[in-house]
Amino acid sequence: MGSPPHIAVIGGGSTGAGIARDLSMRGLDVTLVEQGNLTHGTTGRMHGLLHSGGRYAVSDRASARECIEENRVLREIATHCVEMTGGLFVKRPEDDEEYFQEKLRGCRTCGIPAEVVSGAEARAMEPHLAKDVEKAISVPDGAVDPFRLVVANAASAIEHGARIETHSTVRDVLIEEDEVIGLEVEHASGAGERVHGKEGGREEIRADYVVNATGAWAGRIGEMAGVDIEVRPSKGVMTIMNVRQVDTVINRCRPKGDADIVVPHETTAILGTTDEEVEDPEEYPEERWEVDMMIETLSELVPMLEDARTIRSFWGVRPLYEPPEVGSTDPTDITRDYFLLDHAERDDLEGMTSIVGGKFTTYRMMGEEISDHVCSQFGIDAECHTAEIPLPGSEDFTVLRDYMDEFGLRSPIGRRSVERLGSRADEVLNTSDPNPTVCTCEGVTRAEIQDAIAGSGSDLNAVRIRTRASMGNCQGGFCCHRLAGELHGEYDESTARAAWDGLLEERWKGQRHALWGEQLSQAALNYALQATTQNRDRDPADGDPVDFSAFDGGVGADGGSGTAGVATDGGPRDGD
Amino acid sequence: MAIESEVLVVGGGLAGLTSALAAAREGADVRLVSYKQSSLRHASGLVDLLGYTSDGEGPIVDPYAAMPGLPDDHPYRTVGVETVREAMALFDNVTDYRGDHTDANALVPTHGGTIKPTARYPAGAAAGLASDDRNVLLVGIESMTDFDAPQAAAHLEAAGVPFDVRGETIRFPGDLRADAKVTRYAKLLDANGEVAVRGRTRGARDALAERVNTVHGNEQRVGFPAVLGDQRTDAVRGALEDRIGTDVFEVPMGPPSLPGLRLEEALFEALEESGASVETGNPVVDFDAEGGEIETVYIEKNGALIPNRADQYVLATGGLVGKGIESDRDSVREPVFDCHVAHADDRYEWFDGDAFGDHPFAQFGVETDETLRPLAADGRVEFENLRAAGSVLGGYDFAAEKSGSGVSIATGYVAGNTAATEVR
Repeated sequence: MGSPPHIAVIGGGSTGAGIARDLSMRGLDVTLVEQGNLTHGTTGRMHGLLHSGGRYAVSDRASARECIEENRVLREIATHCVEMTGGLFVKRPEDDEEYFQEKLRGCRTCGIPAEVVSGAEARAMEPHLAKDVEKAISVPDGAVDPFRLVVANAASAIEHGARIETHSTVRDVLIEEDEVIGLEVEHASGAGERVHGKEGGREEIRADYVVNATGAWAGRIGEMAGVDIEVRPSKGVMTIMNVRQVDTVINRCRPKGDADIVVPHETTAILGTTDEEVEDPEEYPEERWEVDMMIETLSELVPMLEDARTIRSFWGVRPLYEPPEVGSTDPTDITRDYFLLDHAERDDLEGMTSIVGGKFTTYRMMGEEISDHVCSQFGIDAECHTAEIPLPGSEDFTVLRDYMDEFGLRSPIGRRSVERLGSRADEVLNTSDPNPTVCTCEGVTRAEIQDAIAGSGSDLNAVRIRTRASMGNCQGGFCCHRLAGELHGEYDESTARAAWDGLLEERWKGQRHALWGEQLSQAALNYALQATTQNRDRDPADGDPVDFSAFDGGVGADGGSGTAGVATDGGPRDGD
Repeated sequence: MAIESEVLVVGGGLAGLTSALAAAREGADVRLVSYKQSSLRHASGLVDLLGYTSDGEGPIVDPYAAMPGLPDDHPYRTVGVETVREAMALFDNVTDYRGDHTDANALVPTHGGTIKPTARYPAGAAAGLASDDRNVLLVGIESMTDFDAPQAAAHLEAAGVPFDVRGETIRFPGDLRADAKVTRYAKLLDANGEVAVRGRTRGARDALAERVNTVHGNEQRVGFPAVLGDQRTDAVRGALEDRIGTDVFEVPMGPPSLPGLRLEEALFEALEESGASVETGNPVVDFDAEGGEIETVYIEKNGALIPNRADQYVLATGGLVGKGIESDRDSVREPVFDCHVAHADDRYEWFDGDAFGDHPFAQFGVETDETLRPLAADGRVEFENLRAAGSVLGGYDFAAEKSGSGVSIATGYVAGNTAATEVR
């Protein structure tokens, strides 16, 4: 047998990374290209819910069954990415009793463990639930860190020989005689650009088969290949609170609606969401009413949210798809199921399949199905093992023991580091050098930052998603410059400074939706620290040359007369 | 029974302390009450007057010369350039700061490696000026993430400083924890406490100098992060200068900032010497007004409301950072006396899209008449006997202009002086 077929996967979200892992584990040669960071698109902009399937138990039972199945798989293979918080579907007095019963029956029909709890029992679990919540259904919802999960999938793919290229944009799909033969890719580069994998220039990546796993962006790739893929991008807002008001996923038990879920996620709680179709997955309005609606509507479930502090809001775009003949007008009616579009069957274009629709929770299942499909193109009979073999970081959880003594970390920081790193904790934290905390809000130490830099290059936003550094209360106000300092050495000063600016701007973007009360005060403090103390807004290194001789050169120098430096060695230091 | 004074200053930051000092020095019976920790602990300890114009031109060489060109409603325009000079003279009189030998701004390196224009600097920062052409060695401490000396050195070079600068990172002698607070380093150096280095114990200052000497070349001055002592910073710096054989300076740092805390302490000491009374840690929660004048304010202490009465009041509670200005999803307000704060109705008009854009929130604060009395929305004086000073004032962006300390000192001086004159 010759060399294995080379598969190009487009898209570094959960689906693309899952496919890359699956195919490389089956022995295929894989190159994954992603235009931004891993999780750059929809994956990095989700609420972090690991579905039990309960949300779909009435409206979409096929999806509900897939969710509970994959929920069980991820608890096994991705322990360090998942927190099994449990979930509640809570019923307020005005919510329909018949729907409550239907939800309960639906869960049981789909094999989702579901129990009815009284309002008092629900409040015993979650003391901040509204007093008039009548009852609830408990289900095995959880929280999942999408960044960590995708990075672990990519790491596993690399271990199995895959090549992962981030900041690499597909410029063209190469076609010869009605067959896709590869991609033309542009790698980002240059002063101030991020340094990563292959740096700079265009590259022709020849491939035996191409998988388009770009979700909401699938239509763009389709256009390059001359095929129509009508993804229906639908935006949703998520608002992040600065603490966890709840430790259980709280769902509103009523038919589809906006603002009906609170997900505890790491140190925060995430409120979601809306569902509104948009034209372009990158350009859409982010509006005040959406944030206000999250706070006001979800305060009906958890009243303290009304006056609580939010640290930012972000929007994600669902890659919804339905066969054009269905013709739903409301995006909430579009199925959450996924579709595998083989362009040979559909468009007489050989060598490429697109995968659209679907949900984060079922990313692995989607990867398995499309990997089966790709293998069948080449007559390869290789079994899928992604459901049994744990991801890097989730292999052996005995490291959770004795970590404090072992790594010399103070208790809360050590616990959080080990939760993030899972079984990689030993390898990352085992350093003989001092290991100070760089991001105080999230308890991220230098060793973890350096590990992330080694894995992702000079892009501090990539370091951020791997470590959570700068994602806490201060939104980077206290640590952006520290992270830049951690880059310096490996990277030169101008690269570190550009990455510093890039992180500041990214952090500002989401905070703009949280600028009132405590967070406006925080933003004013950050601005003061960065602009007043560090003069980063008018940094002379970024601007015109300064006439140093015109300024005060010290006592003994006649300031303003251009005689800087008169204060010679050991010069006058009156008063000391 | 109410606690009585002639002038009551609410707020213990730079503006409140300056106004209390100014009023006390005019002979008034002054009382200062403050609630929260002052934002001086967040400040670099540098005292800026004006580094950039409102249009972003700069760095400005002569801040006094640039003040008349500021917008009409800028606090410096309200009080006038000559008054700013008088206020700075008061500041110079009560502190051991440098820079008063010239009107020109100094350019001071800060911890990220940028330089910033400032008017006054602590004695400990004096040898670090960027207009001094002697070569520099920056020394970073391995576990201190706020100051990466090699990066700061490279950053200074990128700014075109007229000297050679090199950064080295050393391990601080002894066994301080990796996450030790800056005050731990400072106290160890203050006390010249014993540290163990390869089996030998010796004073922390000696041990630190010895480590520096292993990386020191022919540089004529050596800069450290601002941890060189808390109470005895001159002695610590002097000892290091002796043992290294060069001038030594501190690079101002972010919070918690020792130079900021030292300044706060110096001002509180001066205030106590002036005979003013001070109460900290309890908030003003309510007030009575009659006939357009404030009669009494109520301070909450252990759950009880303690009335405080004065003839004249100064509001120096800070801006958004110090919580002297507060906001919710719909509005912006001044919480103590509910003075009018102008703001757009839509909170999405409170900020700019760029992190360092022209942010309306940065200028939130009360508007005043020419004697610093806050004005209501209709332009009338809110209270005849209330003046505002410092960041609670609107109409200027201290972060962009680098004008925060100067405005606090100048308006604090005017508010305190005027209040004292009124009670005479």
